Amino acid sequence: MKCKDVSKELIGYLDRRANSAERREVEEHLVVCAACRRRTEEFRELSSVLDQLPVREPSAGFDARVRERVAAEPPTKWFHWLIPQPRLLFSMALLVALGVWMARFPQDDPGAYRTTAPTEQEDFNAIKDLGVLENYDVVTKFDALSELISTPAQQTEPQRVERTRND
Amino acid sequence: MARSDVQLMLDVKAGDDASFEFLLQKYRTPLVSFLFGMVRDAATAEDLAQEVFLRIYRARKHYSPSAKFTTWLFRIATNLALNSVRDNRHRKLEVSLDAPADDEDATPREVPGSEMRIDEHMVERDRSEFIRRVIGSLPEKQRVAVLLHKYEEMDYGEIARTLDCSESALKSLLFRAYETLRVQLAPLVANPIAHRSKQGRQS
Repeated sequence: MKCKDVSKELIGYLDRRANSAERREVEEHLVVCAACRRRTEEFRELSSVLDQLPVREPSAGFDARVRERVAAEPPTKWFHWLIPQPRLLFSMALLVALGVWMARFPQDDPGAYRTTAPTEQEDFNAIKDLGVLENYDVVTKFDALSELISTPAQQTEPQRVERTRND
Repeated sequence: MARSDVQLMLDVKAGDDASFEFLLQKYRTPLVSFLFGMVRDAATAEDLAQEVFLRIYRARKHYSPSAKFTTWLFRIATNLALNSVRDNRHRKLEVSLDAPADDEDATPREVPGSEMRIDEHMVERDRSEFIRRVIGSLPEKQRVAVLLHKYEEMDYGEIARTLDCSESALKSLLFRAYETLRVQLAPLVANPIAHRSKQGRQS
């Protein structure tokens, strides 16, 4: 331990608040350092000088004045916790403003965050259109209809066969 | 079994004014003594001590035992004392700026720096007053640290929390403070017993 390190632990060493490891380190240093030994002795004497300072007692009327001032305090209202504190009020106003600002943006997919089950009316609406959907499905996959719709390539094929027969 | 300070304060919170009276009796002297060390004026120290008790009473409904009661108590006291010291310093500065500059020969109020002035001081004032003045001349934080460490015997953790600094910083602060006191109180430190016996003969 160096003199600089000892100086930091010296007060704790003298008032016995340093732990055993710190005390041992200080003591080991004091054995080899005369300057720190002298300073330690001076601090010890300083401590006894400071001990001579008498305690300052309050005046006779001190307690009475404290009691007087305490008695003059208005009683705490039972609803004091309902009265909003300025900081709380500010935070709540900020939250409301944030909520209003966010509500201005349209939601892209309202169903994406749906957590409730569909209502009976919604179920009925879905079933009501089922027949139309099924008909559409049948119509689009009906083979006979696909023959009626002829593509330009299909129309040119018989004409080409006819022409070669004539040739 | 004696109730702890925290328990007493919780009882005050619950509406027990007798517990507040108990705390008042327990801490009135340490508090006034500490504040007197800070402001060096008996009337101001008592006013500030009353204010500390009043603030504790006012805050009773919101009290939660997150720290030691004494840490809370002396933290309030320290803040009030430092504000008072700063206000007083500003007032003194205003007075000295307005006052005519014909008092250059007036005796300085602060702690004397030379040995001759120390002797004059010792003749004028008693030993306790001299020690108080030397402690009072320390920088604010050092003064708080010494008063809480030496006279209130608070542990390092508590003083550090009161001063809002680390324990390591507090140790350095205390060392610097005691080093200053050692130098300033050298006439008493060098031979305290001889000085005491001399004083005893005089009285």
